[in-house]
Amino acid sequence: MKVILAAAAATVIIAVGSNMVLNNAGFSAQEQTSSPSVRLD
Amino acid sequence: MSALKVLIQAIFFVLLASVATAQEATPQPDRSATGGAQTLEDILARQRGEQIDDSFRRNLTGDPNNAAGLANQLGTLGGASDPDLWRALRYDSANITASNKGQAATVLIQDGGMKWLEFRNGPLKTWGAYLLGGTILFLLLFYLIRGRIKIDYESTGYTVERFKNFERFGHWLLAISFIVLGITGLITLFGRKVIIPLLGKDAFAPIAEASKWVHNNVAWAFIAGLIMIFVMWVWHNLPHRTDIKWLAQAGGIVGKAHPPARKFNAGQKFIFWSCILLGGSISASGIALLFPFELYMFAPTFEKLNAIGLPQLVGLGELPTVLAPHEEMQLATAWHAIVSFVLMAIIIAHIYIGSVGMEGAYDAMGTGHVKEEWARQHHSLWVDEVKPAHDPKPEDGTPAE
Repeated sequence: MKVILAAAAATVIIAVGSNMVLNNAGFSAQEQTSSPSVRLD
Repeated sequence: MSALKVLIQAIFFVLLASVATAQEATPQPDRSATGGAQTLEDILARQRGEQIDDSFRRNLTGDPNNAAGLANQLGTLGGASDPDLWRALRYDSANITASNKGQAATVLIQDGGMKWLEFRNGPLKTWGAYLLGGTILFLLLFYLIRGRIKIDYESTGYTVERFKNFERFGHWLLAISFIVLGITGLITLFGRKVIIPLLGKDAFAPIAEASKWVHNNVAWAFIAGLIMIFVMWVWHNLPHRTDIKWLAQAGGIVGKAHPPARKFNAGQKFIFWSCILLGGSISASGIALLFPFELYMFAPTFEKLNAIGLPQLVGLGELPTVLAPHEEMQLATAWHAIVSFVLMAIIIAHIYIGSVGMEGAYDAMGTGHVKEEWARQHHSLWVDEVKPAHDPKPEDGTPAE
């Protein structure tokens, strides 16, 4: 059971981590489809 | 290996055939009565869903070199009339400039999208639901007829270590992420049809939002798990001559025979390679969807298939090799869903046999230690290999954790 819980925890950690990495990697639709002179927020 | 590649491409092609567009050249009919514009027969043929050669319209987008002088009548349009311009937009050949970035920004009309939408709302959902429902019904029926596969061999009181902790970790990382991805994927696909009528749009909106977040991010755990199991188990999953005997006896699933098997029997190898090949394909199309308009898989694949001659062989003609950026994404979602449905059906059967379907099977992944008699019954050649290393006999008769 410990291994199953560890795998579940790893799934959560990977998901949250990848979200943080991708958010900071410049791959959002906003960054991909607009130039710096466009204000979207 | 090249045979395997051809097989994968064949599967890829057959599943995609229903969403791909075949384009065959047909002789042009006489359109003198309409001055070269489309005739009633052209329109009716299109409405009947027939493949038509639309090059007479597609290429009729005006000629700037033939422009009337600026001061003359119609001179301001520069050689292309309004209908010429609209046709160029319709067939995505107009020279568009857009302020936002990306190849997709300059595609104003993308008619392949309707085919995708109809496929997604029709055959994909219908056949996907039939496949999953049919698999569950089949397993239920199988359970009622065959019952649980029992351990026939006499208990020795020993257990044998079947999987090490890191192997089980890799398995469960893949399993948990796949189940989460499966559920959130189904929510995304069937939300509009099933959940909105049940809960309403207001309730579905946050569910859809959460599903998307989870699906996009848990995908990486799935890919990590896939790489782990590939590295750990590929060696044990290579074909072996014992697989033939195992398959000839249907693995003992039907009847009472217990064909010998090494660490993995032919059935488990089928599950393994399904995970690797289908899971790998799902991951590839998923990554293409996570980074929209960055990775194009389909035009190059269609090109290769055309070169092999497979689409022509089954009468589909050449597959299109020039695809709009949106079309690439649409094909990726269709492919992602089709392959996922197939893998889900296989995994449902895997979950069945690893839990209620077979006595003692869950221990392999549950605790990592199986009863020796179970191991002898289902993996006799493997247990002969590891026998000297089997676990010490537990005092209280319960398997070691």
